[in-house]
Amino acid sequence: MIIDSIKNGIVLDHIKAGMCMEIYNILNLESLECSVAILKNVPSDKMGRKDIIKVADMFDIDLDVLGYIDPNITVNIIKDGALAEKRKLELPSLIKDVIKCKNPRCITSTEHELQHIFRLADKEKRVYRCIYCDSKAKTHS
Amino acid sequence: MRSLINITDLTLDEIDELIVTANDIIANPAKYSEKCRGKKLATLFFEPSTRTRLSFEAAMYELGGNVIGFSEASSSSSAKGESVSDTVRTVSCYADIIAMRHPKEGAPLVASMKASVPVINAGDGGHNHPTQTLADLLTISREKGKIGDMTVGFCGDLKFGRTVHSLIVALSRYENIRLVLISPDELRIPEYMKTDVIKKNNMPYAETNDLDEVMSSLDILYMTRVQRERFFNEADYIRLKDSYILTPEKLLTAKSGLSVMHPLPRVNEISTAVDEDPRACYFKQVMNGKFIRMALILKLLEEAAK
Repeated sequence: MIIDSIKNGIVLDHIKAGMCMEIYNILNLESLECSVAILKNVPSDKMGRKDIIKVADMFDIDLDVLGYIDPNITVNIIKDGALAEKRKLELPSLIKDVIKCKNPRCITSTEHELQHIFRLADKEKRVYRCIYCDSKAKTHS
Repeated sequence: MRSLINITDLTLDEIDELIVTANDIIANPAKYSEKCRGKKLATLFFEPSTRTRLSFEAAMYELGGNVIGFSEASSSSSAKGESVSDTVRTVSCYADIIAMRHPKEGAPLVASMKASVPVINAGDGGHNHPTQTLADLLTISREKGKIGDMTVGFCGDLKFGRTVHSLIVALSRYENIRLVLISPDELRIPEYMKTDVIKKNNMPYAETNDLDEVMSSLDILYMTRVQRERFFNEADYIRLKDSYILTPEKLLTAKSGLSVMHPLPRVNEISTAVDEDPRACYFKQVMNGKFIRMALILKLLEEAAK
């Protein structure tokens, strides 16, 4: 299967197989007017199988969200057909309005205008906790 | 703006400083009787808690200040649907410092992010209650002459009891505190408290169902109420509420230097016959709560004035 290389844009590589649609939705790629290619189950020496997303234009990518979902994803910035920059992701210290607190006793359950903010409580175990009630967020594996 | 939402907002040095101030207030109350002249404390109690509210109000009056506020949500604008953020923005215009009790976890944090005056968390659901913890630390310090090198037993509802969680978090920062966690299986301390606090700080601990078995090893016995309001199921509450009742007979094997603490109010988990025992400290804890709140109000108002 051949997908044309992009001239200017962003390639999200090393996405865990099966995760590309979630990333597509969270990054709201549907709102882009440029071409977006989604490659699923691509053979990979390192990962066995992986997903790739190619976006044929520059856009403001939320690296924090991406880092939260999977810090192993590689973000390649393509300019004039060549790799211009490789961005390494990190687990963000705070994530805002990406996941919702599910604790019915949390203030966010009744005050709906509040941002849902989670802080990185344990980097090794990738544990995020609600800043308001300390409830543990369900993490992405 | 400096607020107190969680006990860990304070460093150990700051807690020591509050304990020193509280001890000085106890020794020299007249010296502090005009310190807050012209200042107003707003007690915003979105759920009733007469004990904590009166403690804050007594603390402010003894500092020479005044108090405004409400004691339940139905008499506040939240009954009309006003958000916590709007309430505290409004109250910031009237008061110099706020003490807030709210049934929802995190509400005082939201308040502190929006208020232009210091906010003290006076209890948010089953989450934090840092001024109770300060009262407990002052009591331990006064009873034992130090905080550290001791075995502390927690008995009763260790699952929902926020006073227990907050105090264990606070004690985890002191040296050589051994924990004995005494509860029915259904009300054991949550797993995250074990992994994130107790084990993480290498605190020696033991869990048991049997208070009698461990009584003689304890320097402090912290009893808790099995709280009706923390249960979703009434039948579970009725089944578990009498699980652990402290009586003079149970104290026969205890050390003579044991200190029995309780955040109060009690239902029946400490027999009234224990009240006369010199080891009973829970009413001293109430008194200490007022003095440490006085010290805290002074500290936050002084920092706000800088």
